[in-house]
Amino acid sequence: MPEDDEDQSPPSDLRSQPPCSPNKSRNCISSSSSQTFPDHVLENVLENVLQFLDSRCDRNAASLVCKLWWKVEGLTRSEVFIGNCYALSPARLTQRFKRVRSLLLKGKPRFADFNLMPPDWGANIAPWVSTMAKAYPWLEKVDLKRMFVTDDDLALLAESFPGFKELILVCCEGFGTSGIAVVANKCRKLKVLDLIESEVTDDEVDWVSCFPEDVTCLESLAFDCVEAPINFKALEGLVGRSPSLRKLRLNRFVSLEELRRLLLLGAPQLTSLGTGSFSRGDQSDEQGPPDYAAAFRACKSVVCLSGFRELMPEYLPAILPVCANLTSLNFSYANISPDMFKPIIHSCHKLQIFWALDSICDEGLQAVAATCKELRELRIFPFDPREDSEGPVSELGLQAISEGCRKLESLLYFCQRMTNAALIAMSHNCPELTVFRLCIMGRHRPDHVTGKAMDEGFGAIVKNCKKLTRLAVSGLLTDQAFRYMGEYGKLIRTLSVAFAGDSDMALRHVLEGCPRLQKLEIRDSPFGDVALRSGMHRYYNMRFVWMSACSLSMGCCKDVARAMPNLVVEVIGSDDDDENREFVETLYMYRSLDGPRKDAPQFVTIL
Amino acid sequence: MDEFVNLKATELRLGLPGTNNVCEERVSCNSNNNKRALQADAENETETSPPRKTQIVGWPPVRSYRKNNVQTKKNESDGESQGIYVKVSMDGAPYLRKIDLSCYKGYSDLLKALELMFEFSVGEYSERDGYKGSDFVPTYEDKDGDWMLIGDVPWEMFECNCKRLRIMKGSEAKCLGSGV
Repeated sequence: MPEDDEDQSPPSDLRSQPPCSPNKSRNCISSSSSQTFPDHVLENVLENVLQFLDSRCDRNAASLVCKLWWKVEGLTRSEVFIGNCYALSPARLTQRFKRVRSLLLKGKPRFADFNLMPPDWGANIAPWVSTMAKAYPWLEKVDLKRMFVTDDDLALLAESFPGFKELILVCCEGFGTSGIAVVANKCRKLKVLDLIESEVTDDEVDWVSCFPEDVTCLESLAFDCVEAPINFKALEGLVGRSPSLRKLRLNRFVSLEELRRLLLLGAPQLTSLGTGSFSRGDQSDEQGPPDYAAAFRACKSVVCLSGFRELMPEYLPAILPVCANLTSLNFSYANISPDMFKPIIHSCHKLQIFWALDSICDEGLQAVAATCKELRELRIFPFDPREDSEGPVSELGLQAISEGCRKLESLLYFCQRMTNAALIAMSHNCPELTVFRLCIMGRHRPDHVTGKAMDEGFGAIVKNCKKLTRLAVSGLLTDQAFRYMGEYGKLIRTLSVAFAGDSDMALRHVLEGCPRLQKLEIRDSPFGDVALRSGMHRYYNMRFVWMSACSLSMGCCKDVARAMPNLVVEVIGSDDDDENREFVETLYMYRSLDGPRKDAPQFVTIL
Repeated sequence: MDEFVNLKATELRLGLPGTNNVCEERVSCNSNNNKRALQADAENETETSPPRKTQIVGWPPVRSYRKNNVQTKKNESDGESQGIYVKVSMDGAPYLRKIDLSCYKGYSDLLKALELMFEFSVGEYSERDGYKGSDFVPTYEDKDGDWMLIGDVPWEMFECNCKRLRIMKGSEAKCLGSGV
């Protein structure tokens, strides 16, 4: 299931100049003694040592030791993570790192997911693929998030990298089943093809039949987001000749009966299963209803279960045989009532990751709390995502979870009503929380019991959850809430704010108080020029800042752009107010080593 | 005049007795001191049904992908492009392409793009004889389901009627190409 990658430090390693070190570190042999130990010998030694460094953080640190280490680290880094595709150019990547086998690249800012940005903003993978095609012929893995990828890009990728093994596209768009077909056909060493929450157009191509006819290397195939029918017979054949297949996530065009047939083929090896539609077509049951539970009994290794895209609830009990082994369960596409849910969850003692719709109600959450003592991550999505819909979950469910699931680390919770008391309780009960994202769907909604703002609740979270790195706030919030964030949120890296705060002071508290802040996304909050200026000492140390529908003037944005030449300041939309001052609709700014991008569409103004 | 009053009383309407059928006014959103939210409201007015609170763009922050999949009624698709997208297939080519007809100014523009895309050439067009000098003939399926030769109707009419394109090859092409 998609998770946000967290990078650990600014891309200091990507500067084009190696660090200047007039006093050579004792670890480096100075050039004067290079007659006794030629540099290339030392380089070889260093290479052999540095190749064992995996973590980005460690590698960034190593590259700062001295010129030699900078150079050798650049030669030995095989996996590169780029959190913002516009922070540098593809040319810089290939100049700095010579032997890359794996690239993780992120494009559009997250708020683009919610239509806060017009389409065709950018984040095209094309220049990256074409540059890497020449520089990294041995590239094996590409993992993209929120990038625009066309069929032609996929075709070029498939042709350029003969050893290509892993393609992961998360929240991407711009391509269709034709592109997938080319990858399936040409990447003979393909192990992983994961299409996750991406928009894939139906080009009416039978991509499943495009895989080579002999035994494949496939280990993971996820196409649950592909909104197109597939050739089931071809899929059966594919599963049958993929002995290494461990993860299979089907789309909603695979029926329950077809799932059963697939499980009979390959169930024992599977560790992760996406069940497709989980519903049957109109079939006559001559021999009585088929035994779907038997198919699931064969799934002895399945620990991760998802799908249920068009769930027929009467068949849900078929999954019972696997429940005891599950560590991850995703019901977030299924409208399951508490009565259907409770018998299932009752068996899931090992569950660590659980995603669901709020249709399970507070009652369902209480059942989770009673059984899932190992729970680490909980995500509750709204079945009816509108501001004034009925709210089946509330502070009651959250309170129950906090009391039952003490090891909770990550929470995403959509609800219609909440209380400070529940948040305070959670802050005490769940000290392991690193991610806390609460969305009270009614804007500016206060504590529904006391009528007060949600300041104290969120304040308790930032104060007591000492490991908190990601926070999303909602409900009625005054500047006080932000004062708490600035005072206690010392590890916060990602902050999402919407319809909150009273004045510039709120944002100032955060910008001045949160030294680890990397990603800041704000919408519809009364923060203006004073607040923006107060963060200028921070912006070079952040990945990006997004502010839309706030009170920023064009003049101030221009000032910031002028004062910070390595910051790219993008403005989308502006308007004049009554006094003819120009206000900015959306500000998106990010540090960049290579200046403003050249592919900005017309609606973007780069200051 | 009395007749009209009586008619109104007997009028069949959906709704509780005693109500009139004027739409209730939309509840305005909570005041906040920034005008952008109000603008966003205005943009979204067409999407909501009356008496509900006006929906704000992108709020609650649930990806439209998730909304479309879960709810039985499909929301208006977000970010719908303005272009006229049609699929293009070529006989013998491994996969389809999609193009946006609104990107092209006319037939010569379109044909040039197709020639580049599929690496073929289209021959010379004449109204009487269709396409000569090539094995390939560009055709399109119109709204009536008929396969027509590209170029026979004015461009604007073509843009409106074209459902999909197909570059035919070989004998089938000859029949169509010689002007039906």
